[in-house]
Formats: sequence, C-alpha cells, structure tokens
Amino acid sequence: MKTPRARRNIFALFLIPALMFGFGYLMVPIYDIFCEITGLNGKTGRVELVEVKRMRPDESRLVTVEFMANLGRDAPIDFGPAQASMQVHPGKAYQTVYRARNTRAAALVSQAVPSVSPSRASTYFNKTECFCFTQQEFTAHESRDLPVRFVIHPDLPDDIDTVTLAYTFFEVAGGDPTPDLQHGGGHGAKQPKSHARLVQVNAGPARANH
Amino acid sequence: MNAYTGTADEHLDHDHGDHHGPAPGYLRWVTTTNHKDIGTLYLWFSLLMFFIGGAMALIIRAELFQPGLQIVDPHFFNQMTTMHALVMIFGVVMPAFVGLANWMLPMMVGAPDMALPRMNNWSFWILPFAFALMLATLFMEGGGPAAGWTLYPPLSLQGGDSLPFVIFSIHMLGASSIMGAINIIATIMNLRAPGMTYMKMPLFVWTWFITAYLLIAVMPVLAGAVTMLLTDAFFGTSFFNAAGGGDPVMFQHIFWFFGHPEVYILILPAFGLVSEIIPTFSRKPLFGYTSMVYATSSIAFLSFIVWAHHMFTVGMPLVGELFFMFTTMLIAVPTGVKVFNWVSTMWRGAMTFETPMLFALGFVVMFTIGGFSGLMLAMTPIDFQYHDTYFVVAHFHYVLVPGAVFGIIAGVYYWLPKWTGHHYNETLGKWHFWLSTVFVNLLFFPMHFVGLAGMPRRIPDYAVQFADFNAIATLGAFGFGFAQILLLVAVVQSILGGAKATGQVWDGTEITGGLEWTLSSPPPYHSFSPQPVVK
Repeated sequence: MKTPRARRNIFALFLIPALMFGFGYLMVPIYDIFCEITGLNGKTGRVELVEVKRMRPDESRLVTVEFMANLGRDAPIDFGPAQASMQVHPGKAYQTVYRARNTRAAALVSQAVPSVSPSRASTYFNKTECFCFTQQEFTAHESRDLPVRFVIHPDLPDDIDTVTLAYTFFEVAGGDPTPDLQHGGGHGAKQPKSHARLVQVNAGPARANH
Repeated sequence: MNAYTGTADEHLDHDHGDHHGPAPGYLRWVTTTNHKDIGTLYLWFSLLMFFIGGAMALIIRAELFQPGLQIVDPHFFNQMTTMHALVMIFGVVMPAFVGLANWMLPMMVGAPDMALPRMNNWSFWILPFAFALMLATLFMEGGGPAAGWTLYPPLSLQGGDSLPFVIFSIHMLGASSIMGAINIIATIMNLRAPGMTYMKMPLFVWTWFITAYLLIAVMPVLAGAVTMLLTDAFFGTSFFNAAGGGDPVMFQHIFWFFGHPEVYILILPAFGLVSEIIPTFSRKPLFGYTSMVYATSSIAFLSFIVWAHHMFTVGMPLVGELFFMFTTMLIAVPTGVKVFNWVSTMWRGAMTFETPMLFALGFVVMFTIGGFSGLMLAMTPIDFQYHDTYFVVAHFHYVLVPGAVFGIIAGVYYWLPKWTGHHYNETLGKWHFWLSTVFVNLLFFPMHFVGLAGMPRRIPDYAVQFADFNAIATLGAFGFGFAQILLLVAVVQSILGGAKATGQVWDGTEITGGLEWTLSSPPPYHSFSPQPVVK
C-alpha cells in the first residue's frame, strides 16, 4: 500500500462518499425544481397581472373551484373560506377571501401553504395575489379577511371540471416579527418555500410535549 | 483459471517478521489487524445479532398467532417491527457479508491481508457500540424507535427520545460500512496476486467489488437523509416539514435512493457465494462467467434508477410511474441470466448434495420465488393493491431469508472446514437445512395469501378471517428460529474438533480452482506472503 498509485486510489475512494453525502443534500433543490416543473405536490403557479390581461377568457367553459382550509398542528387560528366554491371561466381573474382569527391572547405569526388537487391542474392554477406569498402577522384575537386573486389558465385539460384549492395554516414558532420577504419579494415568480425553508418553524412542540 | 504455482516474487514488506501466530491473551481480539481475526469477529457478531433480531421476530409472530392483543402492547409491537428490521439489515446480513469478505477476499486474490488493516479493525469495533446505542433505546422512557425502519417523517419525528440515538447509531453503522467497503475495493484493486486479472477473479470477489461501490455511493445518502431528520427535529430546519415549506414525500425519495441500492447490497454477495458453491458441487466450472460479471454490473446500475417503485402510491405523474415500472421490470433480465447460468452449471454435472450445496440450491429456488413476487409488485396498477400489505412482507422476506441468509449459511458451511481445519457434522448440517427450508416456507408462504386478501403490515391485530394463515406462519417462525440453534452447534463442534479437512476441502475444488484451496486448512495466520503467481 506504499505505492503512489495505491494512495491515489484510496484518496479517490474516500472522495466518493464525501461527494455522495453532498448529493443527498443536492436532492433537496432538485426535488423542488422537479415539483415546480411538474406541478407535483399541488405547488401552484404564480403569474403577474400583465400576463393575465393577455389571456383570452374562455366564456364557453365553466370550472368549479372548491376552497378548503386545514390547520397545522396546534395552530391557534380559526380559519376558513368565505365561500365554499365558485364557478369560474378559464382565463378570467377572480377574487375570493379566507377569514382568519387569532384565537390566542398573544401576537401570532403564521404561514399558509397552498395545495391544488388534482395535481395535474396545479400548474394551470395561477395566483396573482395571495396571503400565502408572505407570512401573516396577527395581533391578539385579531380577525382579518385574507384575499386571494387567481386565474385558471385556458389551457387547463378538458377533462378537469373541478379544481380544489386547499390551504394549511401553520404557526411560525418564534416567528420573525417582520416578514423576511425582502429578497424573495424581489423576483416575482418566487414561492414562499425557498426562503421559508430555513426559518424557525413549528418543529418544536413535538419535543416540548414530553 | 487460477493455475497456481508455488514460485513467488519477493517484493512484499515484512513488517512483523515472517510467520508468527496471533498475539496471546484476549486483548488480541481488540487490537487485531489480521483479516482472519476480524472476519471471525464480524461473523460472531452477526450470529449474535441474528439471534437478537430473531427473538424480536418471534415476539412479533407470537403476538400475531391469534387476532386481538395478547402479549405485547401495540407501541412495543411497533418498536419490535422497527428494531427487527434495523438489526437484521445492519447487524446481521451486512456484517456477515463483510466478515466473509474479510476472511476470504485476501485468500481468493492471493493477498497477504486486507489493504488497510488498521482501518479494518476500526470498522469492526464501531459496530458493537453502534448497536449498543441503538438497542439501549428499548430500555429508555418512551421506548425505542417505532415508526418503521424507513423512519418516514412526520411519524418518526413524533416519537420518543430514541430518535437521536437511532440517528447517531445509523451514522456510526454508515461509517463502519463505508470504511469496510473502501478497504475491500483497495484490496481488490491493489493487492491481487501477479497474473490475477480482473476477469480471472472468483465471482464472490467480483460481486463484493460491485457491492462495495454501491455501499460507498449510497450509505452517505442515508447519512444525509437522517441528518436532515435530526436537524428538522432539533435545529429548526424544515426539510420535511410542510409548515416551513418542506415536504415529507421528499424524505421517501432520498431514503429510497439509498434504499433500493441497499437491497442489492444485501443480495449481490449472496449471488457471489452461490456462484462459488454450485460449480464445486457440480464439479464443473461456472457456466457463463463473463455474463455473470456483466449481469451483476447491470443490476448495480439499474438499482440507482428504480427507487420510486417503493412509493408508487404517493402520487406521481403517469410518466414517472411508467418509467419506474419498466426499469424495475428490466432488472429481471440480468437476474434471469444469473439464475439460468446457475442451472446450466448444474446441467450434466456430477452433483453431490452436501450441506452448502443444499443451501445454495434452496437459495436458487426460493430467491426466485421472491423475485417473481417482486415482478408482481413492480407493476404499478397491481402495486396499488399490494402496497403495505403482507404480500410485500412475503416478497422481501423470501429474497432476504431463503435468499440472503441462506446464501450466508451456505458460505459458512462451505468455508467452515477451511477456517477451522475440521469438517462439520454433515448429518447435523442436513437436518439444519431441511428444518430451515420446511419452516421458512411455512412461515412466509401463507403471508402471500393474507397479503392478497388485504391484511396490512406493521399492525399488531387483524381481522379474524386471517387467523388460520397467521397461526401457520407463527408455527413456521418458531420452527425456523429454533432450527438455527443447529447452526451454532455445527459451528462450535467444528471449532472444537471433527474429521480433519485437507487443504482443498471438497474434491470439486480441484476442478473449479481458487487460490484459497491451495492453503492448508486452517490456513496460516499470515497467508500468501510472498504472493503466488496466477497463470
């Protein structure tokens, strides 16, 4: 094992696991990009207002949009859609609201995570404005209407006549009182996840319980 | 191949003087850097863990003997299913293969020892500590891990305080197997005897060479995945937490990117063992040596692009499901090549049926049964029905127990006379084989039926219509478990005494060759220095 060739071999052999450990972590951004392209996991699209104006509304077609609300573990919020469903034309922008109330006598920072099903429809479900783009702050017992503006792209496959939009509201534990969207807000087509990933979130309670 | 001449090149360092034996005293086993000692340590450790993991399996089967909850509470049952898998995979099958590699690889390639002997000592001695850490969680408040060996979040993050212990022990096990694998590759690449070209290497060496590459490629990915779990649980990251923008399904992708190559890590060395044993007892050279090497390499390559067949039901685009379905079914081609080559090796051979051959034949037949149920599971629409049922349990136990474990047992009986210098008791070995084979089928075959009928896995209770098949499986489990005591008896007897074995041990090795048979039985403490020349 004293030859230089053997030393090089062994060094290369130690390099492989080091690189593969990095590759494990590289799979995280790869997965996000993959989901964004395919619309997997109901990750929805976001478009700018100008693009919506260029879309041609398809008045001959009606699609049902259903609204749902879920709560993350122990999130102290009353949260639900103002209307359960809407009939919409693809290519036309609509607005609806969700109602949220902080049930706790203390300030609350929260984040809503959207999901669209069927997942095939998610890339066609575009939002121009959404409370899920930023973290939402509530004062003690504050209630507020949270608007969503969306447009369904006219290219939505013909066999889809119902699209369900679901939000899950999570408490951001130890939340940043000011939304950290200075960088994220800059480029428009960003989803909240990329910068929220390393923000301190609601991972604590499971440990605190015992 | 492997025509051996006694002439030698005198070009090796003789660090320790020439041919001395082991150091006296028990401390020898702690400080040893000898490949044979370390191989022995690995194999004994593996046997000990086999009985511990087996005891866990018997607790599971005892609870499932009848519907309803009788013996253990559901939380403990879940700990047993989780720990049984972790112990059997990381504590039994992998260390047993590394132990066989340590003992045999240097002798098969004509090397004096492993390439990195001190690291070899370290990679073994990490193991007992890793398992002490892992098994200790069973005695802690809240118990051991109970979310299944796959540690899927969010469930695994919601368990007790065992999580960090399990993660650290997985890190240690990973470090141990990566070091073991690097040592094996370095030995094969650098220490082959003059004239031993790659395509002259015995097939056990080839399959381990490929397995070692799989190990260094995927064990770090598992280390990364469990590190993400650790930081999610304790350092506020959200890799798998939807609230922070993460995704629990991503864990499954990362895990199975490790997990699928891992299942080939658990079977490829067994392919190598069977490819050594069948030619010896058929008294014919292996049929299709070159195709065996290429088939093994293709299986290893394909193992990296099929991982999502473990998770067809999570929601995937149709294209993805088709891709993973077809690549998975493609693996049947190189595997079929291997099975047909084994059968062709036996064709018109002068076969005898000593215990290693019986276990090897049992491997070929019953591994193939597991392979076929794997093909059924590979079909996406069918997998939606079978997913997480006992059919899956039946499938992977067929490839792992009468597959990997039978392969290991065959290898142990095959080389035991070489290691100890004494033949084992052949009658006892045959009893061990027949009891194991009857009971293993009694144990796992009924699981196919209850699985197809819809019985879910990892559940301590079940609907009454599954009762009869479960009772049969439990009888099989206890029979199989207690039959393994015969293995322990056979090994101990062979160490203590018995008919003397010659250097070539089996008469068939005269035809199949192999450098390890040119040494005495037992071989000298430091073999092959100077190295032999292969023509």
